[in-house]
Formats: sequence, C-alpha cells, structure tokens
Amino acid sequence: MYQLLKQIVKVGIKTEARPLADESMRVLAGRLNDEVLRLLGRALTIRHVDPGSCNGCELEIHALNNPYYNLEGLGIKFVASPRHADMLLVTGPVAKNMEQALRRTYAATPEPKLVVAIGDCGCSGGVFGENYACRGAVANVLPVDVTVPGCPPTPTAIMQGILTAISGKAGTKA
Amino acid sequence: MEISAQPVPGAVPAWRKQVDAERWRTLAEQLLSAGSRLGALWASDERDRGGGYLLRALYVIFEGLLIAELRVDPALATYPDLSDLFACAGRMQRAAFDLCGMRAVSISGEIPDVRPWLRHGAWPADAHPLHREHALSQPHPQTEERYAFVPVEGEGVHEIAVGPVHAGIIEPGHFRFSVVGERVLRLEQRLGYKHKGIEKRFESLSLAEGIRLAGRVSGDSTVAYAWAYAMALEGMAGTTPPARALYLRALFLERERIANHLGDLGSLGNDGGLAFGLAQFSRLKEDMLRTNAALFGHRYLMDRVVPGGVAADIGDSESAAILAEGERLRTELRTLRAIYYNHAGLQDRCITCGRLTPRTAATLGVVGLVARASGHAIDLRVHPGHPPYGELQPEIASHRNGDVAARIVVRFEEAFESLKLQRRILHRLPTGPIAASVCTPDEAAFGIGWIEGWRGEVFVALEAGPNGAIRRCHPHDPSWQNWPALEHAIIGNIVPDFPLVNKSFSLSYAGQDL
Ligand code: SF4
Repeated sequence: MYQLLKQIVKVGIKTEARPLADESMRVLAGRLNDEVLRLLGRALTIRHVDPGSCNGCELEIHALNNPYYNLEGLGIKFVASPRHADMLLVTGPVAKNMEQALRRTYAATPEPKLVVAIGDCGCSGGVFGENYACRGAVANVLPVDVTVPGCPPTPTAIMQGILTAISGKAGTKA
Repeated sequence: MEISAQPVPGAVPAWRKQVDAERWRTLAEQLLSAGSRLGALWASDERDRGGGYLLRALYVIFEGLLIAELRVDPALATYPDLSDLFACAGRMQRAAFDLCGMRAVSISGEIPDVRPWLRHGAWPADAHPLHREHALSQPHPQTEERYAFVPVEGEGVHEIAVGPVHAGIIEPGHFRFSVVGERVLRLEQRLGYKHKGIEKRFESLSLAEGIRLAGRVSGDSTVAYAWAYAMALEGMAGTTPPARALYLRALFLERERIANHLGDLGSLGNDGGLAFGLAQFSRLKEDMLRTNAALFGHRYLMDRVVPGGVAADIGDSESAAILAEGERLRTELRTLRAIYYNHAGLQDRCITCGRLTPRTAATLGVVGLVARASGHAIDLRVHPGHPPYGELQPEIASHRNGDVAARIVVRFEEAFESLKLQRRILHRLPTGPIAASVCTPDEAAFGIGWIEGWRGEVFVALEAGPNGAIRRCHPHDPSWQNWPALEHAIIGNIVPDFPLVNKSFSLSYAGQDL
C-alpha cells in the first residue's frame, strides 16, 4: 500500500487543458437548443459502437480516459447502454454484418442522439471503402452530426469532435 | 524437409509443395506427429488459369514454414478435413467455404460443421466473394439468417447471450454462455461481424499500395502486419532491405509490443479491481505514443514500414531520447511490477483464473504470448529467427501456469525484454540508407511474410498479378488460433471473471473477421 501511494504522489496530476471545439468537423448544422447544450456541457454520456474498425480508432478512444486527457474530468462519460447515452461515437466503416446492430443501437438511443463518426473510415470508408461486405462511411447508414478525420484521429481531435457536437456556436435553436 | 518441396525466396525459411488429396491428409498426420503446428489455411480461385480452386495449408515445422498446396476440382469442390488433426482448422475451413466455396469433408464422408463463419447474411450461401467473377462491389440483398448455436441442456442450465455490441470500448462479437448459477459450463463464440471484404479489397490494389491496407488489418498490430507484408513482397522481388532499415523495423515492432503490453497491463489491473493500474499504465503508454509521434510521425507507427525499408529515420539526439525514455520506463515498470505482484486482491483474482493448461494449448495450436504463458516456448524472433533478430539475441519469456496471472507475468517480462532489445538496437544501429528500391515482381510470383507481433505470429501470403497488381493476399492473425482457446479457458470460471480472462487473452476481432 505504501508503495502504491508513493507512486500516486510521485506522478502527480497529469491532466492537460481541454481543446476547443472545431467547427470544420461539423456536418449537420447545430440542432440543439441552449438549454440542452447547457445540460450536456455538464454531463454528457457516450456510447461507443464499432461496426467495423481496424481497432486503431478504439486505441485512441481508450486514450481519452488516460490521465492526460481525462475525459471523465470534463463530465463526459462512456456508458454501457445506448438507452443511457446522449451521443454515439462510431468508429470504422460499417461492415454489413454490423449494419443491423448499429441501426438498433441508434434506435435505442434517446433524443437528441448526437452521432460523431470517428476516423477516415467513419468519415468516408477510408482504406476499406465500400464493397460487397462493407457500407463504408457511417453517414451511409445513420445521420451524422460531426466527423473526425484521421487514421486514427488523435485523442485531442476526438475530444474536439465531441465538444463540437455539443458546442452551441453554430447552434440553431431546435 | 521433403525433397520435392520448392523453396520460397525471402527472409524466413519456407517451402511450398503440391500435394494430392490423399497426401494433403497424410502430410498433415505426419506433421502432427512430428510436433508441427497449423499456422494458417486459405483458399483461392485459380479457374481463370485452369487450376480449379487452390487450397493452402501453412505449417510451422522445425525448419521454418511448409505450405501444402492442393488443387481442388470445382465440380466437386471438396477436400479432406483437417480439423480432427488440427482443431484450429475448423473455423478457417468454414471461412474458406464462405469466401471460396469448397467444403472440408471428413474421412467418414461428413461435413464437420456446415455453419457459415464469416457470412452472416450479407451475401447468399451460393455466392463466394473470392471467386474471380464476383466483383468487389457486387450488390447482394441482405438476408437475415439464424445461427445454430450448440444447445446445452441439463438441470439448472441457462444461457446468457452478449453482443455483438458490448458494454465498453471493445470490438463487436457474440458470446453465448451456458451457465449453472454463476459457473460457466460452456462458451460459444460467434465472430465475423467486422468482415469487411479485406481479402477481396487487396485484389483491387497494386502490390505497392497493399501495404497500407495490410497495416490496417488489425490496427493494434500495424507494424507486425506491415512488416509481414513487406517481407512477402521483398521476397518475391528479390530485395533485401538495408541493415539500418531492418534494425529500425525491429525498433518499431518492439515499441509496438511494449505499448500494447502496457495498455493490457493497465486494463488487467482495472478488471482485477486495481483502478490505480489503469491510470499508471495508460500514462506510460501515452508517453510512448507521444514519443512515437514526435520522432517518427505517427503514434502507432502506421505506414512507417514501407516496401524495401522504413519511412522514418532517427539521428543521435533522437536515439538518446529513446534510450532515456526507456530507462525511465524500466524504473517505473519495476515499481509497478512490485505493486502488482504484492497486491493481494489482484493476485487473488488472477491466480488459477482462466487457466489454459499446456496440454490444451498444444491441442488447440495456440500461439504467441498466450502459448508462452501456458508452457510453450515458441517465439519466431528466437527460432527460426530472421534479420535482424539473430544479432539481437532475444530471450523467450514463458510461464507454466496458463492462468491470468501467468499472462500478466509474461507481459511484464516481455516488456522488459523489449526494452533490452531497444537498447541493443540503438547501440548497434548500422549506418546507411533506410530503404532499397523494390522492382516489380513477375506475374505469379509468391511470397510469404512471418512476424512475431505482440499478440503472436502474423502471416501474410502474397501473389503477384500482371504489372505489379495483387492477385491474392491472405493476412493471418494469431487470434484465429487463440479465440477457441478462450472458450476452453473460461470453463468452470464464474461469469463475472470473463472480462478479466478475455482481456488477458486480448485478441483481435478485426484481424480474424477480415
Ligand atoms: S480510420 Fe484508420 S485507425 Fe480508424 S478504423 Fe479506419 S483504418 Fe483503423
């Protein structure tokens, strides 16, 4: 126990300043009203769905919870059920074998159902493209609010994407 | 080695051998009794060249690799089953039917398992995407197909089905547990959800372009796949990468191993009730990724291995920075290892949990770190080895217990060993160019790549088409062998321990779904 505490004290707090929203990632015009944005800004819940990534994007989503990015510290939490989620974070192209599961997850998510597509694959199909087994971009299957390019996008870029989706800047009142 | 086998040029010792159906089977029996393993099995369509279908089985023999090649008459489209000899053949044979339309038939004339594996209804049973006439983007109506899970009956037995979408940030797959109370009687996996046509997609690319896709078969092993692909292509083209490039590839591969082991050690601590571990290891991993980004231009080193060499070089100051980082990491790892090994709660969760005995591991042909934690000292870097590992003299980490605790020990030991190799690489880094040019291989040239990635051995088999096109590319992930072993390791454990056991295997869905 002593060693464990010593290690915690020695390492100290590593969390860095959060990045800003980036409007260039926005696909759909902001569709949340100020009240919702204010609430989400305090406690946002995210459900991650992987309908076909190479698993590279997952590594960076995991990194969001390391002490440097400390996403939970911003009040943003990953949840185990779509029913508790405000946002779906979707990685990879959509494999046809996962299309139905993705649609079902979306259907189970309560409004406002923000969708953020992660990575070049989520944006466009990436290196896999569209084929007999693959639908390509997430937007081919679901309405997407924000896309975050990169292969994989850095944790900072993913945070920017999430924050863009819930930022009010271009927010038109719903 | 059989006299009639023909050598495959390249960095690893490999031979190929044409066999008939009878020899396909007797060779397998003979290799099994000699202690060889089945590394991979895949099918191709050669009808356009008058060769019918072509099935290949890649064996890991003492001397290296032996690839048995069987021509299959398309009118019959059957071949002798190997799954009774090599259990891991079962799923690969089912995948070969889904993609290329030929069936394994047992000695008694039965089809051992008719259920599809990669085909879930995205294409009909009579369409086979790897047939030459099947277009890459051929449209098919989506059908919904029921999958026949094996029923388990008995008093008090009930089923728990999870997935394909899991709670947590993980890849999709389906797990069906048959349990009594909390105890697992049986686990059946269903995978293939992420199948996205990778092998067919390769055939629309040139040999030069293919490496980018190879590096994205399983993103967490991008260096291993890219190197395996490059090795196959260089073998076909008769190119030997410069010594400096090979050392830098080894540096990338060992850094990939360390980063993944750090990530898993953190998650294992967390799943074992020590959240402290996740915070500590994820910080150490992030430090490494940032160094990768600063020095090599990519956090996971994607696209840094290129045909003929590498795409990133370092100077003396970068080398010194990596060495200093390595020293810091070694000190921190020692501290964390002591905390993990002395933490009664964590040890209590991990010792005897999810045990894979050496015997079961051998029967299932398990590979990589899971094999090493179950008493099998197999590691390609050590034997038969390939440049530059002969000069680096890596040592194998292994353990006999085969439980979660053993898989944690092996990860710690391998991380220390990789740090040692990193020091050797940087101290001995040869001078000179970092890439050689790769000429276009002749049509029908065949190459093989074999790399010991952090998870286990990765293969890439590559064939050239005309004018530098890919005719066929088959990437093989070690998860093919290790997924079935997880079904065994969980038996008798309680359901709440599944995440911990699953994490200790840390297998790729993307890599096996293709
Ligand atoms: S964007 Fe890149 S890292 Fe992400 S799933 Fe696609 S290939 Fe993998």
